[in-house]
Amino acid sequence: MSENERVWIARDYLRCSGCRRCEIVCSLSHEGKIWPEASRIRVFMLLPGVEIPHLCVQCHDYPCVEACPTKALSINKQTEAVIVDKETCIACGKCIDACPGKIPYIHPTDNYVVICDLCNGKPKCVEACAAGRWNALEIIKKSETHTFKLYAKTPEIITRDVASQIYGKKWRESV
Amino acid sequence: MKGYAGKFLEVDLSSKNIKETRFNEDILSQYIGGRGLATKILWDKLGKNWEQTDPLGPENLLLMLSGPLTGYVPGARLCVSGKSPQSNGVVGSTVGGEFAVELKCAGYDGIIFYGKAEKPVYLFIKDSEVELKPANHIWGKGSQETLKTLVKECREELSSRFPRRGLWKEPQIMYIGPAGEKRSRIAVVAAKWAHAAGYGGYGGVMGSKNLKAVVVKGTEPLPDVVYMEKVLMLINKILEINFRNIVFRRWGTGNLGHDVGSRTSSEPVRNWQEEWHNEESYGSYEFEKYWVKRYWADFGCPTSCLKLAVIRSGPFEGSITDNPDYENQAYLGTNLGIFSAEENIYLTALIDELGLCGIQAGNVLGFAAELYEKGILTKQDFEGIELKWGNTKAFSTLAQMIADRKGIGDILAEGTHRAALIISKLKGVDVSLYDVTEKGVAIGAHGIRSEEDYPGYESYACSVQAGDHTSVARFPLDHGNSELRSLLYDTGVFCWFNFFEKEAQDLLWPFIEAVTGWRITEKQWIETVGRRILHIQRALLLLGGPDLQWVPLKDDDVPLRWYTPLGAGPYKGKAVDRERLNRDRKEYYEAIGWDENGVPLSTELRRLGLQDVDVKLDEIRKNLPK
Repeated sequence: MSENERVWIARDYLRCSGCRRCEIVCSLSHEGKIWPEASRIRVFMLLPGVEIPHLCVQCHDYPCVEACPTKALSINKQTEAVIVDKETCIACGKCIDACPGKIPYIHPTDNYVVICDLCNGKPKCVEACAAGRWNALEIIKKSETHTFKLYAKTPEIITRDVASQIYGKKWRESV
Repeated sequence: MKGYAGKFLEVDLSSKNIKETRFNEDILSQYIGGRGLATKILWDKLGKNWEQTDPLGPENLLLMLSGPLTGYVPGARLCVSGKSPQSNGVVGSTVGGEFAVELKCAGYDGIIFYGKAEKPVYLFIKDSEVELKPANHIWGKGSQETLKTLVKECREELSSRFPRRGLWKEPQIMYIGPAGEKRSRIAVVAAKWAHAAGYGGYGGVMGSKNLKAVVVKGTEPLPDVVYMEKVLMLINKILEINFRNIVFRRWGTGNLGHDVGSRTSSEPVRNWQEEWHNEESYGSYEFEKYWVKRYWADFGCPTSCLKLAVIRSGPFEGSITDNPDYENQAYLGTNLGIFSAEENIYLTALIDELGLCGIQAGNVLGFAAELYEKGILTKQDFEGIELKWGNTKAFSTLAQMIADRKGIGDILAEGTHRAALIISKLKGVDVSLYDVTEKGVAIGAHGIRSEEDYPGYESYACSVQAGDHTSVARFPLDHGNSELRSLLYDTGVFCWFNFFEKEAQDLLWPFIEAVTGWRITEKQWIETVGRRILHIQRALLLLGGPDLQWVPLKDDDVPLRWYTPLGAGPYKGKAVDRERLNRDRKEYYEAIGWDENGVPLSTELRRLGLQDVDVKLDEIRKNLPK
């Protein structure tokens, strides 16, 4: 895969219906089950109507990979996704602390951290979102930019921003 | 058993005793889940003393049940049930959202509540760790505050109990508003915002138990199914069919506020005095102006019929609700003489906030306004409110009084039918003409006088859920809107709205088999499995009590008002033809297996192994005129 084929998942929160089809297909693909709590993309609904799909942004400087004490995290050369080695990971949570968006989390039943692997360049969540023409998630061609990292925000921050956008400013304080 | 988590929670609120229970395959293969299983549980636990069981007493049960198809069939719902304080029978009242999926992922197919907590509590479930927690701090709070507080508090608790896990998503929550706390018979059990199990009045039941909310976080996967590949194939087919339903995706039911009035002439206008209007101010074109999200959906749903409406400025600033959907547009709009999208959004948001049911509350508000119009109730009765048609502020004040049970609100909180009985006595005037209900349940906003809408003459009269427009009786029994079909959706438990197409409906039988391994054909459902459930529901509706009992045959009728001819519109002059209603009702009784009074036949009950129901119904049969 050449560099210009690398993908990034752009997200438009206002278009998210909250149907969680992304969680369904992600967990089916990675776990063989419908398992929202083990999905690599998680839809946060801290306020109803403000549904926030939350997933790895592949920061240019990969602070999570840097922070890993056991070298369980690596960067896939083709996709530039963060890959978790389940055997080496000790579920210490240092990558979560290092992530500006606190995006990774520990698998609900197993002892390793869960991070989006971009489905080897063809993300299932984006396909599911496109099939329903919601397009809250869209594939864009990845470029050399520091902008992507700015999307690594906690669901609380994103919820405040989106809530004040759709419900009005006083909702900023509600989460 | 596949498709099931396998366990149910039994929570005794009086003794604070919490335990797990199971149902064997024999029971589950016959009663499945949701409404079917609720009917079975209620029959077994309360059937013997049904007539004496007070729906608002500690002896009633409150059930929250999923079904084996919940989470797999696109469009997940939860079924809330118990003895209904509206019909005194069983209503399977369903609500969309993620709660039922989360509950299954926590390892439970459902919850059975008994008794009454001494002080306000909420139930917190984190997988198999289940506890009752004090709810004094949210008692009295409206929907928004209740939800915000619980999400924050429960996420904080999860984070402190599991500090290294990373961020917790929100738990899923069912709750009541102030109306439910005051044991209103027209209160809902709510989810998210603008999501409610409305029919049945289970918000009042939950309030009578001092149970403010149920919060669940489940971290397991959905239970295994028998044939996963088949399930995934069926899911995709159902998605494809519904992705093509552009009208529903765009407007949900929100384009009906104008259409059901102007075209089919079956929309309640000013307490059903009319069913026709042609107010262009009330079309989806006007409602769309307030939508901040056109496609808002619940778990797994391809249709996203919900639309998020927000009023951002002006006197109604801050109102947040769905769409509003057609029922709320009609009952909290046209039925009150309100033809403004903005005012309807405001009133719907208020009803949500108070935890009232849009249909039941809109019906009783319209009833009260007509009594005011006719001079039976006066300004004094309403503590100075001028309850004129279209006076949105007056209706909102009265809604608040109903939620608080203040003044005349205390009577209206009993729902239209009971309020009509009380007011008739109080004022010495028969107000039954203005009581547009079916066996204690306000009828959905789809009239039958024009005969252009989907319900027919027998639909409400013969429904085991009475006025519930999502569960209407139709014959022949394989009719696309047959009550046996609604029963399947409510028992499954999933949303009706992805199954308008025959093509989608036909996928449900293979879906049940792919999930559970049980082969149930449509014929078997109609003749045996579904029929058995329907008969028990019918039996419990006829047994009723303690405050009201329906008279077989006589009460299988439509509201008096519907015998009055429509006064305007393309169907002017049309009214329900009593002779034809009697004929249709008789034909339905025969088709479903009820006798000439609508009591399930002995032979029919015994064919289905319901000897105990048959014996109990002798109490009804012996009082019937020969």
